This record gives sequence, C-alpha cells and structure tokens, in this order.
Amino acid sequence: MELSAAERRMLAGEEGHAARRSMEILVALGEIYGARRLLEVGSVQIAGVSYDNLGEAGLEFLEEMATDGRARVLATLNPAGIDVESYLELGIDEGFAAQQRRVLAAFGRMGVIPSCTCTPYLVGNLPRFGQRLAWSESSAVCFANSVLGARTNREGGPSALAAALTGRTPEYGLHLDEARQAEVLVEVEGPLRDETDYGVLGAALGKRLGPRIPLLRGCGGADLEALKSLCASIATFGGTALVHLEGVTPEPCAIPAERLVLGRAELEQTRAELEPGPGEIDFVSVGCPHLSLGELRRVAELLDGKQVRLETWVHVARPLKQLGDRAGYTRTIEAAGARFACDTCLVVAPIAGRFRGLVTSSAKALYYARAKHRLPAWLRPLEECLRIACEGDGGRAERGGERGGERGVERGGERGGEREVDR
Amino acid sequence: MSAPRELPGRTIAKGRAEGSVLRSSAPISFFGGVDPETGIVCEPGHPLEGRSIAGRVLCFPTGKGSTVGSYTLYRLAKRGRAPAAILNAACETIVAVGAIIAGIPCIDQLPIEELADAARVEVDADRGVVTVLD
Repeated sequence: MELSAAERRMLAGEEGHAARRSMEILVALGEIYGARRLLEVGSVQIAGVSYDNLGEAGLEFLEEMATDGRARVLATLNPAGIDVESYLELGIDEGFAAQQRRVLAAFGRMGVIPSCTCTPYLVGNLPRFGQRLAWSESSAVCFANSVLGARTNREGGPSALAAALTGRTPEYGLHLDEARQAEVLVEVEGPLRDETDYGVLGAALGKRLGPRIPLLRGCGGADLEALKSLCASIATFGGTALVHLEGVTPEPCAIPAERLVLGRAELEQTRAELEPGPGEIDFVSVGCPHLSLGELRRVAELLDGKQVRLETWVHVARPLKQLGDRAGYTRTIEAAGARFACDTCLVVAPIAGRFRGLVTSSAKALYYARAKHRLPAWLRPLEECLRIACEGDGGRAERGGERGGERGVERGGERGGEREVDR
Repeated sequence: MSAPRELPGRTIAKGRAEGSVLRSSAPISFFGGVDPETGIVCEPGHPLEGRSIAGRVLCFPTGKGSTVGSYTLYRLAKRGRAPAAILNAACETIVAVGAIIAGIPCIDQLPIEELADAARVEVDADRGVVTVLD
C-alpha cells in the first residue's frame, strides 16, 4: 500500500504510540482487502462504547490508546451502557456505571465527543454527499451510505477509533464505485404505513439477500423515521451497508438485471416470523435507533395526560432531549411515568434477565432483545407500544386470549384487517 | 517423521511463536464464543467447545460474529490466556484487528487442512511462514 510521508511518520511511531498502533490496524486492514492507499475521512462514528460489550479488556485498550491518542477529525460516540445522568433510576448499579464512566473519560481524553447516540446525523455529525467516512454502528453506516450518499464501510470499534486517531481509512469496499452498484432490483409492493412496516421490510430483505446491495423501488415516499427504521433493520438482519432507494438515494445507480418482488404476502410472512408465541409483556422501549425530534414530539402527544403502567424507556440523543425540555415534551413524558434513557439503548444496556417480555417499534431492538438478552419481543407501531404501556398488565401477547383480542398487542388487524399478527 | 515443512502465507500481525496446533474446522466467534477470562471455547455445539485456546497455535478457517471479539483477544492476551499464534485460511477484520491490538502473531492464506491437530509448528509472522516441525 502506498503511504504518504505523514502516514509513514505515524506508522513509524513519530506521532506517538496510539497513532502508530492505529496505523498498524489500518495498514493491516488495507492489506487484507487490497487497498492501494489510505483516504482522508471527514468524520468518524465509534462503536464499542458500552462497558457491557467492552469488558475490562476493552477498557484497558481504550485507556492505553488515550495515553497519547488524539482525534484528528470530528469523532462521535455510539450509545453507552448507561444514561450518564439517570442510570440509578434505570436500575443500573453504581459499579457498572463507574466502569462506564472510565470508558467515556478515556474517549474524552482522546477528543472524541461523548454524543452517545446511534444517530450522529441528527446531532451534528452530518456528512455530505460523497464524503469519505469511517463509521461504525451498522444502522448509521447504512443511513450514511443510502440516504446521504456518503461513503463508509462497516467499521468495527477498534478500526473506527484508529481512523479517528489518524484521520484515515483504507480505500476498499464501499469507498470504491464498483462495490457500490446494486446487485438486485427489488420491487416493493407491500403497504408501507409506519416504522414497523419498514422494519419488517428491512428484515425481509436482509434475510433474503444477506449483504448483497439492493435497489429498492417503491420506497420513494419514506420519511426520515421510515428510513432510519429501514436502515437499522436491513443492517441487522442482512449485514447490509448500502441500499439504493429509488427517489431517495442521491447517488446514481444502474438497474440490475436480477429482479425480486416483495409483495404484501412476503412482508406479512416476515412479520409473522418475527412474532413470538404467547407471553407476557412487562417492558416497553421506543427509540432504536434513537428517536428523531418528530418522533419525540409524537411520544409526548401520545402520553399527554396518560399514565404508563409498564416500565417504559424512551431512547433519544441527549441534545434532542434538551430540545424536548424546552418544548415541554420532557415534562409531559415524565409526568406519564415513562423514563428517558438517553446516552444508551436496550441493545447495549446491561438488562439481561431483568424483564420477561418487550414491546418495541424497532425490528433491530427486537432482534437484539432476543439474541443478546434472551428477551421475547413483539414489534408494534409507536402508538401501540405506548398504548400497551398505559393499559398495563397488559399486554399478554397471544391473540384471542381471555380478553378476546382486545389488547393493544392483539390489534394488529384493526387497520382493515391488513395485518395478521399471529400465525 | 519427515523433515520440517514450510507453509508460506500472508502476514496479518507480526511476531514469532512456537507451539502445538489446536485446529477448528469451524469459524470462531471470540465475542460470546470464547470465555475472555479462561480462553475456553464456550459456544454451544462448537467443535472446540470446552477446549482451551491459551498458548496454542490456533488454526481455524476464519472469524465470525461481533466486532467486539477483537477486544476479547486483547483481554485474553492481558490475562496470559491468548493463543500463541493464529493461523487462518482467510482472516477477516475482527481477528485481524484483535491480533494486532493483542500482539498475537497471525498469518492467513494458509492451507490449514494440512496442519494436523497437536502438530508442533513454528510461526514466523514476520516472514509469513509456518514451519511444521513434526
């Protein structure tokens, strides 16, 4: 790989230990993937923040890098394992919080902004079309590539940190035109009404295509929230880092010869596959990826004057919650008894074993609740999640249970019977 | 026993080591699949389940799973429970980054089917060569 003089200096250790270690990582990745050179990146998003995932070893590594490592470009952080202001209310113990604070302090010493959100593009890390990035956080990677037309591979935590400390990333994969071409045209014919429909679409695509790049026709009307949901889901279920969306993606794309139709039947089948059997719900979580400002407003409207009976967590980036403070949303939501869990989310918080069943508006959250926390999870639109939260006791998830299908989670068919919620 | 045999590969992480091969026919996920304190493989149903990778020349086709697995290799190295070296058919990002940050010699593009379990080997990752000693 060709290195510039500045890059060779870093690799030789002339810019310190952390810069050398970082260049070793980037050069090794570049060699593995056949990169010819390193690219300068516009910004970095770093995953591997929750102490629940890092453990003591990850923390030791970060502290070692923080001895002399300094971010050379705008670098933001993924969610942590705690809300740094209210972890005790969320039932997270002081010992865990102390270790989590050490992680955040190490990033802070390196000049990484402790944004602690999976939606960096909503809080000021907003790349422009064509910009080179080194982002981790699979949902944000997919959003940056697909919606913004920026260019990033799916970085892991260490390689993203290495990019931050050097300002570089190897030129391979999605940095190259030929790797960004769509491989299959997907005509989407199912009704796409809310964020869960886009989550189901992402799961259906991910399961069918794996990481192959699709060109989607029929999603041109997707708004910010729908796109956020789709990107999170397809990345989770397929490992997809780029989806061309006709009418959305700013980058031109040739129409592939291979064609697939995803109609209502296929989407309903995927929705049914995501549905667990009967079970009890005692936990409600919205905001995966973190809520947009528009979604935060909707949560406040839906909880206005209500009282939740189930443990209800609202995940949103801290700066947007602060806008909610000013707009009065925070007061409304907290008066209803729901809790803000900023800086964190249920994917990375240490919640294993604490709950019996989750209802969420996010297909990604559903996947990780099951895979990581062994928590049964039901996918419902935001309105239904919050109604279940307020109806409490609630929501037993089987249909036709003793209350004859009245419960929130059983009402999937109420919009004209379009959705069959159980098998 | 035949004379020492050299297998050329590609350097992923530099360093030298000698040890006995622990071979897995299946990919390994270090996050969740290997106990980060003991180095014992704990993925249910994995061919190496219950075996310790500590001090062995760990030979497997490729890595899989979460990128947090890189940190597991680092953690094992800090505890003295890391493999002596890692040999892959095709190294991917998680193992590559883990080997680099943990200082574990690592070579890929090797015909790993030619490396018998428990064989003694010398790994020279500076040159990208594995020598089978017996």
